[in-house]
Amino acid sequence: MSQDFRLDNVGMVNRNKKISFIFNGKKYSGYEGDTIASALIANGVHLVGRSFKYHRPRGFFGVGVDEPYAILQLERNNERDPNIRATEQEIFEGLEVKSVNCWPSVNFDIGAINNFLKMFFPAGFYYKTFMWPPSFWYKIYEPFIRMAAGFGEASIKHDKERYEHKYEYCDLLIAGSGPSGLASAYAAAKNGARVILAEDKPRYGGSLLTSDVNIGNQTGVEWSEKIITELKSMSNVIVKNRSQVFGYYDHNMLVMSERIGDHLPKTQKYLPKQRLWYIRAKEVLISSGSIERPLVFGNNDTPGVMLSSAAKEYMKVYGVLVGKKPLIFTNNDSGYETAIEFKKNGVSPLVLDTRKEPSSDIITEAKNLGIETKFSYVVVAAKGYKKVKSADIAKISDNKKDLSNIENIECDCICVSGFWTPSIHLASQSGNKSEFDEKIDAFIPKKSKQKENTIGSANGKFTLEETINEAFDKGYEVSNKITENNNKVSIPTVVEKKSTEHDKFWCVPLPKGKSYKRFLDFQNDVAVTDIELALREGFRSIEHVKRYTTLGMATDQGKTSNLNGLQLVSDIENKVVPQVGHTTFRPPYTPVSIGAIVGREVGKHSKPTRKSPMHEWHEKNNAVFVDAGVWLRPRYYKQGNETLFEASKREAKNVRKNVGVCDVTTLGKIDVKGPDAAEFLNRVYTNAWLKLPVGKARYGVMLREDGIVMDDGTTTRISENHYHMTTTTAQAANVLSHLEYYLQLVWPELNVNVVSTTEQWAGAAIAGPNSRALLMKLFPNTDVSNEGLPFMGYKEADLSGISAKIYRISFSGELAYEVNVESDFGNFMWEKIIEVGKEFQIQPYGTEALSTLRIEMGHVAGSELDGRTIPHDASLEGLVSKKKDFIGKRSLSRSAFTKPDREKIVGVVPLDKTTSIPEGSYIVKDPNAKLPNPKLGHVSASCWSVEYDNPFSLAIIKDGKKMIGQKLFAMSPLKNKTIPVEIVSSHYVDPEGKRVRA
Amino acid sequence: MLYIFCPHCGSRSQNEFAYGGDATVKRPELNKEISDQEWDNFVYLRKSPRGKHLELWHHISGCRQWIKVERDTSTHEIFKTYKATELIE
Repeated sequence: MSQDFRLDNVGMVNRNKKISFIFNGKKYSGYEGDTIASALIANGVHLVGRSFKYHRPRGFFGVGVDEPYAILQLERNNERDPNIRATEQEIFEGLEVKSVNCWPSVNFDIGAINNFLKMFFPAGFYYKTFMWPPSFWYKIYEPFIRMAAGFGEASIKHDKERYEHKYEYCDLLIAGSGPSGLASAYAAAKNGARVILAEDKPRYGGSLLTSDVNIGNQTGVEWSEKIITELKSMSNVIVKNRSQVFGYYDHNMLVMSERIGDHLPKTQKYLPKQRLWYIRAKEVLISSGSIERPLVFGNNDTPGVMLSSAAKEYMKVYGVLVGKKPLIFTNNDSGYETAIEFKKNGVSPLVLDTRKEPSSDIITEAKNLGIETKFSYVVVAAKGYKKVKSADIAKISDNKKDLSNIENIECDCICVSGFWTPSIHLASQSGNKSEFDEKIDAFIPKKSKQKENTIGSANGKFTLEETINEAFDKGYEVSNKITENNNKVSIPTVVEKKSTEHDKFWCVPLPKGKSYKRFLDFQNDVAVTDIELALREGFRSIEHVKRYTTLGMATDQGKTSNLNGLQLVSDIENKVVPQVGHTTFRPPYTPVSIGAIVGREVGKHSKPTRKSPMHEWHEKNNAVFVDAGVWLRPRYYKQGNETLFEASKREAKNVRKNVGVCDVTTLGKIDVKGPDAAEFLNRVYTNAWLKLPVGKARYGVMLREDGIVMDDGTTTRISENHYHMTTTTAQAANVLSHLEYYLQLVWPELNVNVVSTTEQWAGAAIAGPNSRALLMKLFPNTDVSNEGLPFMGYKEADLSGISAKIYRISFSGELAYEVNVESDFGNFMWEKIIEVGKEFQIQPYGTEALSTLRIEMGHVAGSELDGRTIPHDASLEGLVSKKKDFIGKRSLSRSAFTKPDREKIVGVVPLDKTTSIPEGSYIVKDPNAKLPNPKLGHVSASCWSVEYDNPFSLAIIKDGKKMIGQKLFAMSPLKNKTIPVEIVSSHYVDPEGKRVRA
Repeated sequence: MLYIFCPHCGSRSQNEFAYGGDATVKRPELNKEISDQEWDNFVYLRKSPRGKHLELWHHISGCRQWIKVERDTSTHEIFKTYKATELIE
C-alpha cells in the first residue's frame, strides 16, 4: 500500500530510510522515525482494534502516552509483547504487530454483537449479571469473560531480553523536555548543578516541536535543538530520551524506564532492551506538560475522531495527514493551530467553535488564511462505523442547552480540542495535594510535600512567555540552593500569538429523540449514561464511581477521560469539581514491562549463589546439588544409574561402616572475642559457659526472647578470650544480627566483638568408625588418640604444611571430626582427605545421607527447630540452666510452655517396617475419627534407617514421652496415606551415645 | 524507598538496612524477678503510633551497626538519627 496520506517535505522522519513492517499480516511501509500510528495513518489505516466492552471499532485518538485506543500486540524475536501503544512504538524493519480484542479479525469481529446488546451491558454489569447460579461462575462465566476481555496475550516463554537496573544520584531531576524542562535544565546546568533531563519521546522539545513560536530570535525547534546540544556537551548533565519517569516515591526517589532497544529490530549484544533508573534527586522539577481534553458528543469514539493536538503533531513531526476533509471542533484557541497547519498543507478544514464571538490573534490569522469557521457550533454526532464519513453538526444556544439547525456535513476526521489538562500525576504521587484551578477547569499541584516543583503547562501555565520565565527562574533558584554558584543566565525573549479564554463547555447535549453513545473513557467504554446510572444507583464518592463504572482505569489510567468524568459527576450532583475531588494517581504513570522491574535478578540471579571452595571437586565427582539457603550443597554423589534414595543409603551406610567425608563449609561461623566473651555466651546460650576450658567445644542452644529455639551449634574456646561459634547454615545471618543487637543495644558494657568468619574457613566433617585411623595418617605429627583429642576436644594441627583446626564434634552420631582450613586451601584439604582415606574406604556424602544419619540418631535440625518449639519439645531441656539467666529464659515459665502434656520429640516406625511416612503427616489415635481428626502432632523428618534397614521418622507430638510404645497412625491426607505406626524413642541408634566417645 | 542517614556512614538507601522495631523498648535486667504481665509487655506489646516513632534500624549491608531513627510513620519524614548508645533527650 502506498503512503497516500504522507506530505512532501514536512516533518522530522528520515525520508532516506524506508522501513517496512507487518500489521495484521499485511505489509506496510513508513520511514525511520515513524511510530506505528504515524506509519499506518500515512497508509490510510485508521481501524486498529476493537473496544473493551462493546467491541466497537477503534482507531487512533492521541499521539503519545495518552493513547486510549491503539493498543497492539508486538511480535519480536519470536516473543509476544502485549500492551504496546501504537503511538509510542517506533517502527523498525521487520516489525510485526497485530490487533487485540477482536476475533476473527479487526474488520469482522464477532464480539461486536455486544454493541447491539449494549442495553445489557450497563455500568457494573459484571456485578449484576454473573451472580447466579454460583456454580456457573468458574465453569461458564469466568472462561467466557476471560476470552472476551483483555488487551492481548502475555508470552509464557522465558523472556530472553536483557533488562538492567541503574542507581543514580543527582542535584536536579527534570521530567519532561518541553519548553519548561529545557529552560530550567539549562539554567540549573549553567549554575553548576548535576542535572538529569528525561524525555519520554524520541525527540526533545515537547510542544516546541509543533508550535509556531519564536524564542530568542529562533524558531521553537531551533532553540530546543541548540539547548539540547549544549546540555549534552556538559559533563554535569545527563540527557535521556525514550525515558519515562513513571513513579515518584519516598525521599525523592524517582523511577524512570529507559527504552533502549524497543525501537531496534534486534537487541544488540550486551545492550539491554530497557533500563530502569532509580534516581535519588535532591530536587525535582516536574515539567510533564499537559494533555488535551476531548469534547464529548455522539459516537465520539469512531475512528477518525482524535485530539486536535495529535492531528497537528502527525502533520508537523511525522508529515502525515490524519484526513483530507477535516472538521475541527474546539472550545478554545488550540484548535485553530491545527486548522492553520492543515491549511498550510493544502487541506481546507472547517472549524466549529463552541464560543459565541471569540477574538484573538490566531483566530484572525485563521480567518485571513480563508479558513471557514462557525461560532456557537458543535458536533452532535459522528457518522460512520469503521471510519468517520460525516458529522451531524448544529448551532448551540447561548445557554448551551439547545441545538438547532442540525445538518449533516461530509468529513473524514474530526479533530477535537476541549482545552488542556495538566499532567499532575508525578506531583500527586509525591504527596502533593492538588487544587482545582477554575481558570483552566483542571487540577494543578498545590503545596509540595517532598522537594519538588511543577513548572510549565503541568502547572497550568499555558503561555510560552510565562512558562519560559518561570522555568528559567526555578531552574536557577533550585540549583542555587545546592550549588550556591549564583550564576544566572539571561532569559531569552519570547514571541507568541496571544490567545483568549476557553469555553467552559465540554459535553454536547443529545438532540431530541436520539440516544447516541457519548463516551468519556475510550479505553473502557464508559459512556455518559454509565456515570448517570452509577449516580442514580447511589454511588457518590468519585473513587466508588470509578471502580463501579471502570472510568479512568486500565492501561491509560484515564489520561484523557478523568476530567470529563469529574465534570459530569459534578454537573449531575450540582457540585463543583473541587468538591467531587479526583481519584488518586498511583505509579506507574505509563505501563512498565515486568522485565524492567525485575531487571537482571531472574532465575539463578535472583539471589547470589554461594559455592564452597570444594565445589569444583563435587561437580567433577557427579554431585547432584541442592539449594541450602543461598548455598549450593551436594545432595548426593551419583554412581552409575543410582537414584537419590539408593545413593544416599549407600553413602550413609558407608559412614556407619567405614568413613565418610562431608563438605560442611556452609555452616555459619562467628568469631567471638573479648574479655567478656564467656559472660556474653553465658547470656546468649541456655546452658553454662563460664567454665568451658580452652581447647574444648560445647553444644549450645540459643533462644529468642519469646522462649522459642532460635539456633543450635557448637562453640569452641580457642583461647582465653576467643571463641569460635558455629550456627546452622540457614540461621547464620540472623544469629549474627541477634548477637550484634545485644552487644550494641542491650549490654553495650560487655567488651566483646563478633564477626562472621563463615567464608574464611572451609570445613570437612570426617565421620565413621575409621575416622580416627584416617586422621592419624592425615596428621602424623598430632596426637589424635581418644586421650589426646577426646570427644568435644579441639586441636590445631599441621596438614602437610597447612595450618588446620580439628574439632572432635559429631552430627552423624559416629566417631567424627570436623577439620577446618583457610578457604583457599579447602580443595587441597578435601583432596588430601579423599586420597589418604582411600585405604579406609572413604566416600563423600551429601546432605541427604547427612539427614539420614542425624534423623536416626535423633539429632534435631531445622525441621524440628522450626520457630515453634521450645527446648523441651526438642528434648533439649537438659541444656537449660536453672541457675543463671539467659535470653528467653523468663518465657519458659509461661503456662503454655510448662503444660504437662506439652509436645515432645519422638521416633516413629511403621508397623510393616516398609512404608515410608511422608514428612508433614499427622499423628492420630483413630484414623476413622470424625473430621477434623484430632491431631497429636506431626512428622517433622523421615529417612530410611540404614542401621535397621527400615523407615524411621521423627515426630513432635503431644505428651510424647508417655506415648512411647503406643501404636498410633500417621495420616497424610495430601498423599492419601494412613500408616499404622509405633512410637519409639527419638534416639533410634546408639541411644547411650557410645560411638561419639569411642 | 527511604533515604536514611547512618550516623556512622552517611545517607544510604533503605535497602541497605533491616528494620528493628520500637527503639524505646527496654529489656528487663537479667536475674530480676518480674511479673508475667511485665514480661509479656516487653516481648509482645508494641505501640504502633501514627506520627513520630523512634525505631531501630540495622545497617546490615553497611557498617552492621544498629541505629535509632526518629521517623514519622505516616509521612516517612525522618527527623533525626542516633547511634545505638547515644543519649536521646
